[in-house]
Amino acid sequence: MHSDPAAIQKSIRTYLMVGATLLVFTGITVGVNLIHLAVPLAITVALLIATMKGSMVAAIFMHLNHEKKWIYGALILTVVFFAVLMLLPNLSVSDTIGTPSPYTIAAERAHAGGKAEK
Amino acid sequence: MEIPYTVEPRPDSGLANGKLGIWLFLASEVMLFGALFSTYILLRVGAIEWPHGELSILLGGINTVILIASSVTMVLAWAQLKMNNFSRGRMFLLITIVLATIFLVNKYFEYAEHFGKGEGPWHSTFFAIYFTLTGLHGLHIIGGIVVMAYLAGPGAGLWKRNPDQFTNRVEYTGLYWHFVDLVWIFLFPVLYLL
Repeated sequence: MHSDPAAIQKSIRTYLMVGATLLVFTGITVGVNLIHLAVPLAITVALLIATMKGSMVAAIFMHLNHEKKWIYGALILTVVFFAVLMLLPNLSVSDTIGTPSPYTIAAERAHAGGKAEK
Repeated sequence: MEIPYTVEPRPDSGLANGKLGIWLFLASEVMLFGALFSTYILLRVGAIEWPHGELSILLGGINTVILIASSVTMVLAWAQLKMNNFSRGRMFLLITIVLATIFLVNKYFEYAEHFGKGEGPWHSTFFAIYFTLTGLHGLHIIGGIVVMAYLAGPGAGLWKRNPDQFTNRVEYTGLYWHFVDLVWIFLFPVLYLL
């Protein structure tokens, strides 16, 4: 973090430029939406731009481009847990507990067929 | 007894206690909003159809511009205080409060329009998650306004006694405020555009 006035004065220009860039990116996000892209492409583009904007806010406004290692350590842990959190819906979608699998259905049919023959 | 390491960094972490504290708080906030984003993904993936164009892109876009501008004024407030310019720092803090209030007024009009049409959280899954996410975000905006109002008002007296500690408080509030802006940067495309 800068503490001498000259360096901070220089940072102010960077803050203003980043602010202007964020506004431009917001305009691009809305503009892309007006084109009516296919849904998967629209989601990809919108989230890509949002990620770029978020990275700029974190790196410049929140000074993450020059922080102490303790903060990076805490954030790495956060990213890991956040990734797990985002994967949880996938786990629930692929969860088959309580849902008969094709193998159990086939086995039950065979069992029922055997009983009928007897 | 004086609380240690409010201004000078700790020898082990190289950070003032407040700085590490606010980052750990923000880490917990990531998990809070992450859980709701995760819920949104689950609901959306599981839905047979998902409504599109229910929200005003114009109002959402204006609010995005307002929050980005408020992030700039917040970081400028900190920069002015770092340069020992209290009056300008306070001015930027007050501008940030005004912008945050305009954001909430816009949100009020948006909510009022939806409630007027009977589109409350009970209306559909989309509106349930929309009100949950934006409502929680709105509460964070109110929290930010309260802290900034304290710093610009009764809490400003600290500047005379300990300017470095006051500047640090504004920095920590700024980190929180930028996080609130960052969340909105993702909420806007996810809820309004996709």
